[in-house]
Amino acid sequence: MSIKKPELRAVDSPNQPITQDAHEAADDARVGWEHFQQLMEEDKRVEPRDWMPEQYRKTLVRQVSQHAHSEIIGMQPEGNWISRAPSLKRKSVLMAKVQDEAGHGLYLYSAAETLGTSRDEMYQQLYTGKAKYSSIFNYPARTWADVGAIGWLVDGAAITNQVPLCRASYGPYGRAMVRVCKEESFHQRQGWEILYTLSHGTEEQKQMAQDAVDRTYGPALQMFGPPDGDSPNSQQSMAWNIKRFSNDDLRQRFVDMIVPQAEALGLTLPDPELKWNEERGHYDYADLDWDEFFSVVKGNGPLNHQRLAHYRAARDNGAWVREAAAAYAAKQADATRGSALLSA
Amino acid sequence: MNSAADFTSQDSATRISVGDAITPEGLGASSTPAPEETARYALLLGDDCLILAQRLGHWISRAPELEEDIALGNIALDLLGHARFLLTYAGSAWGKSEDDLAYFRSEEEFRSCRLVEQENGDFAQTIARQLLFSFYTHELYQRLIHSADSTLSAIADKALKEVDYHQDHAAQWLLRLGGGTEESSRRMQNGLEAVWPYLEELFADVEPTAELSKNDIAVLPSSLRENVLTRLTAIIEQAGLRVPDAKGALGADRSGRFSEHRGFILAEMQVLARQHPGATW
Repeated sequence: MSIKKPELRAVDSPNQPITQDAHEAADDARVGWEHFQQLMEEDKRVEPRDWMPEQYRKTLVRQVSQHAHSEIIGMQPEGNWISRAPSLKRKSVLMAKVQDEAGHGLYLYSAAETLGTSRDEMYQQLYTGKAKYSSIFNYPARTWADVGAIGWLVDGAAITNQVPLCRASYGPYGRAMVRVCKEESFHQRQGWEILYTLSHGTEEQKQMAQDAVDRTYGPALQMFGPPDGDSPNSQQSMAWNIKRFSNDDLRQRFVDMIVPQAEALGLTLPDPELKWNEERGHYDYADLDWDEFFSVVKGNGPLNHQRLAHYRAARDNGAWVREAAAAYAAKQADATRGSALLSA
Repeated sequence: MNSAADFTSQDSATRISVGDAITPEGLGASSTPAPEETARYALLLGDDCLILAQRLGHWISRAPELEEDIALGNIALDLLGHARFLLTYAGSAWGKSEDDLAYFRSEEEFRSCRLVEQENGDFAQTIARQLLFSFYTHELYQRLIHSADSTLSAIADKALKEVDYHQDHAAQWLLRLGGGTEESSRRMQNGLEAVWPYLEELFADVEPTAELSKNDIAVLPSSLRENVLTRLTAIIEQAGLRVPDAKGALGADRSGRFSEHRGFILAEMQVLARQHPGATW
């Protein structure tokens, strides 16, 4: 269901001739603006029918749909291991987890739809490559240990990012995030547990776990986005109570969390500069490879093409099914209308 | 700790359940070991579920719509759950775990039917396979609830609630595709034609099933045939499609001697476990 956008043309297009309607619309917009400002100041929630600035709406659609796309593309690397999971219990847990990701995609697309952008439109943006998704999914899940590393580090970074989003000013987004976070925290635990089992298993298993952590650590830290100085949208998102902490603050929080967890796993994090800074009360860590990050964002990661081709193939192969379902629903609706007319 | 009786009233894993969720581990720890022949029967039933779960799992991230990624994933997960109960129970006869049986048996030792081994094909063929299998298992579990073996009865009771939803899912799609567009109707008919030759195998009175049915432990497969066919015929006709006239393919004995798919399915499923024999995951 799409919610109609409030009409704001009188404000948006000052060159229009001022009519009675335009005056009324301008009044409505002014009242809406004041209400919106008040919600921001009181840190209250904006709901779909509330007036909101176009830029707020656009920012949210971009952020929420990117998040949804990340869930959808994120099904691929882990889905890659469903058929080969090494025990039936692991297979079962992994299947449930990937299915959860699909569910998260669904809540998030629904939240974005309340802002007036249809799910089909968002699908199309992903299909054409116009929309972005989290770059980490452009790296391969080569071994079973990657399933563990994705759970521990990727879902772990996601939770660190998402817990504050449960308080995001836009109601449907914040509420979707509450449920997403509950499931993600379960995902993180299962990832950690996979790695724990591997790191306490055979020498080969331990090596597999260490290798996956070595490959995942850097891209996971980059999930928080560029350093604060290079993140132009962050300030505005914070002013609108969408974002609560800066990229670097969240990244620091994550590093501080995973260092002791890595010790408990008996695995090392691939950063020789990682050490406790007494003065700051935080771990120091080395600069990340931002050239690589931006290169992957621009489409040059190892699997950008594969991920998108997989998604497109699924959409293309399913087109006839969606057409059939729509045609059938239309016929059913006609039949219902027909019988209603007959009985009238 | 779960006993067989504890999980007779549990809801589907796909719905909200009250109380402790049942686990194959609980079943493994608490039930009395299965008698040899009963174990062989449980293995046969479990293999069907395991192979079909393996096939269906491939749809996740490839389905026509997000809701179907979730639905097919859910059904695969339910089937995997049924397989885990049945393999765990079977393994109790021989001191083997569900994983010993799933990962370290050869192609010749599996007892899956060829229907579940068939490739996914397009969405219509997957739905056709689901339709046949879910209508068959629904009939089977309805009868197996009354098994003289209390563990099999409890597993059937749990599985039936989920299979009820699986057959609804398959039937709804059959109607949609049959009555949707010209293309969908053609594809749905082709899907039925592709899997129909493997329907008869489900009703073959193989051993140990036939012998166990005399003591009301198993359900005699041939006794399911009429009801399943009647119900399938009705829904296929309702969808405006034709019941295929294909005869059952020869070799309906679940031996694997007449299947080219089984080896590939197992090679993929077992590869990692077999690279690390004895490892814990």
